[in-house]
Amino acid sequence: MVNKFKTTIAALAASTILATSAFAGELVINTDTSDPAPKAAFEQLIADFEAANPDVTVKWNLFDHEGYKTSIRNFLTADAPDLANWYAGNRMLPYVNAGLFEDVSDVWDEHGLRESLGSAEGSMTIDGKIWGVPYTYYQWGVYYRKDIFEAQGIEVPTNWDEFKAAGAKLTEAGVTPITIGTKYLWTAGGVFDYLNLRTNGYDFHMALTKGEVEWTDPRVVDTMNNWKELIDAGFFLENHTSYSWQEALAPMVAGDAAMYVMGNFAVAPLREAGLTDDQLGFFQFPIINPDVPLAEEAPTDTLHIPANATNKEDARRFLAFLATAEQQTKINATLGQLPINNASTVSDDKFLQAGLTMLSSTEGGIAQFFDRDAPAEMAKIGMEGFQEFMVKPDRLDAILTRLEKTRMRVYK
Amino acid sequence: MSTSRFNQRSIAPVLFLAPAILFFMFYVIFPIFQSMQISLYDWDGLGEKTYVGMDNYVELMDDEAFYTSLKNNVIWLILYMLAIPAGLFIALFLNQTVFGMRLYKSLFFFPFVISQVVVGLVFTWFYDPSFGLLNVILGWFGLGPVTILGDETWVTYGIIFAGLWPQTAYCMILYITGLNAVDPEQIEAGRLDNAKGWNMLWYIILPQLKPATFIAIVVTVIGALRSFDLVSIMTAGGPWGSSRVLAFYMYEKAFSEYGFRMGYGAAIAVILFLIMMIYITFFLVKMYRDEKGR
Repeated sequence: MVNKFKTTIAALAASTILATSAFAGELVINTDTSDPAPKAAFEQLIADFEAANPDVTVKWNLFDHEGYKTSIRNFLTADAPDLANWYAGNRMLPYVNAGLFEDVSDVWDEHGLRESLGSAEGSMTIDGKIWGVPYTYYQWGVYYRKDIFEAQGIEVPTNWDEFKAAGAKLTEAGVTPITIGTKYLWTAGGVFDYLNLRTNGYDFHMALTKGEVEWTDPRVVDTMNNWKELIDAGFFLENHTSYSWQEALAPMVAGDAAMYVMGNFAVAPLREAGLTDDQLGFFQFPIINPDVPLAEEAPTDTLHIPANATNKEDARRFLAFLATAEQQTKINATLGQLPINNASTVSDDKFLQAGLTMLSSTEGGIAQFFDRDAPAEMAKIGMEGFQEFMVKPDRLDAILTRLEKTRMRVYK
Repeated sequence: MSTSRFNQRSIAPVLFLAPAILFFMFYVIFPIFQSMQISLYDWDGLGEKTYVGMDNYVELMDDEAFYTSLKNNVIWLILYMLAIPAGLFIALFLNQTVFGMRLYKSLFFFPFVISQVVVGLVFTWFYDPSFGLLNVILGWFGLGPVTILGDETWVTYGIIFAGLWPQTAYCMILYITGLNAVDPEQIEAGRLDNAKGWNMLWYIILPQLKPATFIAIVVTVIGALRSFDLVSIMTAGGPWGSSRVLAFYMYEKAFSEYGFRMGYGAAIAVILFLIMMIYITFFLVKMYRDEKGR
């Protein structure tokens, strides 16, 4: 009896030890890819990796989006997985600075990723080191109702005057030109990014989000005045402050709105809502200042090794696997997005092909997104200011002064 | 023999109180001082803490968003008090013997039982500018549509109105319990002296409901000061931060997606604590006096 008791205790102790410290050959991955398509993509990726590396078992923890943003801070410090997904650009800076991400430049060198993933190297580099592996990106631009444009006899606008004329025609026909839902702010950030990229160009936009230019600069005022032209002409959906981006899809599906400045992830819900490819089109955000080279917005999603990971060796193997052309092709076919690896093939979806053509011929540069290029605090107060501006354009001076005050503090 | 009994008497209360005191020290008192300490640092929750002295407070004094939150907190405090007379009114109304009264009472109490998150969602839909019931009703009178939650002047009132729904139910239940304890002999005596309607309510019923009123004020003030869930669910502080309250602003600065300024968040918490302190002191003094008066 006593002996039995002892063995139970021993077994219990052993099992707790095993539970806390991962088995050799066990790879723990944390991701927030909980939407149907990203989830399927990761399931497939992990199954393929396990098939190619039978000695490794993957343990995959799936988080929801919003929860992940806070829990990543906890698990990176306290209970680090071997891999975690995140975003490129300034968004990963706090973790790199806090020493929580592992430098993976060696993976890049060893597998020739500087060539194959070359287009994303810049956004993955901080202090001359590379901090993760990008696996997908997607274009931003204008998604529009082709059938409405045709019914109103509107050509796809390529410059600012055509764009405004198209909007005027649409408003005349009782159609809101652009749908938008700014309840969660970031959608307004996307509109600002494009207006600023087209008015002042990539370099200025980057300098602004890096805090090197004053918000009260006359060039920022130019951007805002362009925006004001659209606001005054009634371009944007009324009551947009009450809607999320998903809710703002409804007027477009119903035909009450004709355009949406959005990322490619808007295509899936629009199709699900019943719009066919004949009704739905995509065009590049029109030129405002012809002297400025066209720059685009294309956020990149990435995978990183936490500095406190236990199984870094297999994590590196996983990153190399993820970087291969074959896997990137597969993942992005499921995701409905664009692969980073230049040897992968893009699915023949018309929106992805349009995005690929646009992005591969981009001269100006590729921005991540306002809240990934600017530091978190600046992004928040900035996007709040954009939302306010869209409703109260007269407050421009007060808003820009407030943003400038924030800039002075955030970037010191 | 006598010493052990003495020990029992002096030790037993200490032993019984110890768990509660320990938890209270560890989860309430200690974090208060910890917040005060963190508010003197610049800290993102991950890296090194840097001592910045009173900088966070200096910045707070010059922060528009802080004053918006403070102003909204005051509006909350004042308007939330409406729950007390409203609760009293419903309690008086329900204090009759009609068939099925228990069912009506529980239906009136229902909003307090459901989660604040549900209340927030229900009202968000109610206010929705395109399909919300409110705008449908306004439409019958040729009014609207109004975007209560998207308009900086109305948003706080809209959220408070949603909050009043469960809070009124809470006050109602307090008063219903209170009304059960009202002395029928005093009512009888009042009747003999020709008291009716308002006079009866004001001079005979209300004084007897004083304990219930006191508790109702206490829970309503606390409810108003910690109004967080509704703001978070219905607007997330928007539009452009005009519906923030201090509790939400603190959360935003310290824990939200774009926040992680622990020191600044702690400074807001300390200010909120000081405001609550004024009220708590008042409350304690009153309790002490009432106890002594007996």
